[in-house]
Amino acid sequence: MRDVAVVAFAQSHHVRREQRRNEVEMLMPVLHQVKTDVGLDQSQIDFTCSGSTDYLAGAAFSFVITLDGVGASPPISESHVEMDGAWALYEAWVKIQAGAADTALVYSYGKASPGSLRDVLSRQLDPYYLAPLWPDSVALAALQARACIEAGVTSVAEMAEIAARCRRSATANPFAQLQGSDDADVLLKEPEIASPLRRHDCPPIGDGVAAMILAAGDRARELADRPAWIRGIDHRIEAHALGVRDLASSQSTRLAGERAGVGGAPVDVAELHAPFTHQEALVRDALGLGDGVALNPSGGPLAANPIMAAGLIRIGEAAGRIRSGEAQRAVAHATSGPCLQQNLVCVLEGDE
Amino acid sequence: MGKERVAVVGIGQTKHQATRGDVSIAGMVREAAHEALADAGMDWSDIEAVVIGKAPDFFEGVMMPELYLAGALGCVGKPMLRVHTAGSVGGSTALVAASLVQAGIHGRVLTVAFEKQSESEAMWALTLPIPFQPPLVAGAGGYFAPHIRAYMRRSGAPDHIGVLVALKDRLNALKNPKAHLHEHDITFDSVRDSMMLWDPIRYSETCPSSDGACAMVLTDEAGGDAAAAAGRRPAWMLGGAMRSEPTTFPGRDQVDPVGGRECAADVYAQAGITDPRAQFDVAEVYVPFSWYEPMWLENLGFADEGKGWTLVEDGATQMDGDIPWNPSGGVLSSNPIGASGMIRFAGAAMQVRGQAGEHQIDGARRALGHAYGGGSQFFSMWAVGTDKP
Repeated sequence: MRDVAVVAFAQSHHVRREQRRNEVEMLMPVLHQVKTDVGLDQSQIDFTCSGSTDYLAGAAFSFVITLDGVGASPPISESHVEMDGAWALYEAWVKIQAGAADTALVYSYGKASPGSLRDVLSRQLDPYYLAPLWPDSVALAALQARACIEAGVTSVAEMAEIAARCRRSATANPFAQLQGSDDADVLLKEPEIASPLRRHDCPPIGDGVAAMILAAGDRARELADRPAWIRGIDHRIEAHALGVRDLASSQSTRLAGERAGVGGAPVDVAELHAPFTHQEALVRDALGLGDGVALNPSGGPLAANPIMAAGLIRIGEAAGRIRSGEAQRAVAHATSGPCLQQNLVCVLEGDE
Repeated sequence: MGKERVAVVGIGQTKHQATRGDVSIAGMVREAAHEALADAGMDWSDIEAVVIGKAPDFFEGVMMPELYLAGALGCVGKPMLRVHTAGSVGGSTALVAASLVQAGIHGRVLTVAFEKQSESEAMWALTLPIPFQPPLVAGAGGYFAPHIRAYMRRSGAPDHIGVLVALKDRLNALKNPKAHLHEHDITFDSVRDSMMLWDPIRYSETCPSSDGACAMVLTDEAGGDAAAAAGRRPAWMLGGAMRSEPTTFPGRDQVDPVGGRECAADVYAQAGITDPRAQFDVAEVYVPFSWYEPMWLENLGFADEGKGWTLVEDGATQMDGDIPWNPSGGVLSSNPIGASGMIRFAGAAMQVRGQAGEHQIDGARRALGHAYGGGSQFFSMWAVGTDKP
């Protein structure tokens, strides 16, 4: 395997509703920022890959328009996944591993505010048996939370602690949508919105974008002082039908974590794409992360969860901790689909 | 850095038709995948990863349908990637799958592309509501007709060239049992006299709207050698590339896009092709409207600029011509949009594997598969051959 590193990362200030700028206009500043950080223009980047979904934009081929923000003239080697940007990063990493590129630009965006996200996400379900019932994403997460509580994975009290910790951590993150929290015992006095979930257990809905530059080997060392090396990356999917899955465990996260080598050495920090509080406990356990690991110091998706970008942001945040020297070894996780159906795990390290 | 070689060892596709009302989306993709696995002498457990592609999710009204298809494609516990690069997606999906093999990450990858267009009305799905731009509401034909008119004016091509391409592809389709359109009574006159839809594009010069899926099993060199040893000839990948450019920019040539030329040049350099007309034995090229054959003949370097139409008129691209294009019947005869690119890639591989049946080009040793999408701005291509590169 070639050594590949994150050498630049940028994200927008995530907001509940971005009304002045379209997706291209939201992307332009972060695309410029990552290119400026490494001193490359588009013609010097070997491969470009993005992740997004037409169902947020409400238009077919919505990603075609964002190509305008990249500067694809002269033509570029480029691809797009209808997935979170973390999987766009994976495709770019594969391209570099195949020797077809030494540098790559990865970006993703999600503008959820024009639609009703809970309704939109229900269109992601089995179109014959589930989608006609319009089960919404919070209700499905509540089923999983109940299963986790009954299996002893977590508790309502721990879930409130997770919410409070994440949103307090987010006060140090200028890009977060939600910052600060009441104490857990205050949160628990709020009513349930979908039992056992309370408002604090759910991620904010918002608009946001992110971009990243990857580079291989010596090229990475030229472009960045302290590259965040991708030491392992893997992703796995589970069955779609919730009835055939054990919702109180995340087998695909466990498998991806093993393949990515999470357990090979101590982990300093982990950025987990766990939009609901109980999912942080679930993913933490699936990856075997112990008490010494700082979980979601950015605040995680409970502080900002722009759909389609939130997974890539986890990798960017984890890479940022390494690049700043705060961490030597970090784990980043991304998820897609109802109740953590599909999961990606990435292990990053700094130079010794 | 040396890439791992890639072999195509299994190919499957559904019977393409206007409405596959007999199967669900899962049933349809599984039909193609199952045929590819059987062709490869494998079963689901042999596959390490799945790469799936399709065009816009609005065509079926299912957001990110790969999530729901994970079980049907034997993917539980495995990696699954979903590609979407507009009309070129079927080709791009195969190239992403190939890159997993080239990188040495997986040895056996199943790649699948599909569209079930009967679930919706593609005409409207292809009419983009772009803010601050007046909606065209004319579908892909309305978008491409002015570019075809520009080509005719620029090249001086006579009006009947498009008719000849449509007639050729629809007659070829009669030799392909999987093709959607089987028009036994088609004639030059019937094409010429068909309704004018988007001047100069006639009804019979237009691709159909199809339900269908295509699948391939790609392996590393050891897998290709094993298939050959078992008497199943692999198609070896000789080169592959993707290129993208914006829909509009000052000075853009939409008739002969530079992205297409550069994509082809990249593939040819990898495959050692300097004279595509002479060195390829057959090509499966994305021609959704008849006039795109002469346009792409030039863009892909098979003809000099302004001369593509003369190859059509001379019959060079007929099955018995010196460089047959779309012996399968092409996109003009089957068009499940998200799968159409992969059908081109698979069609090229079928030719060098000698498994194209009645539409086989005898002795085909090198073939080109091509796809494009968006406003002639996304390109994906591969070259495959009988001999290991």
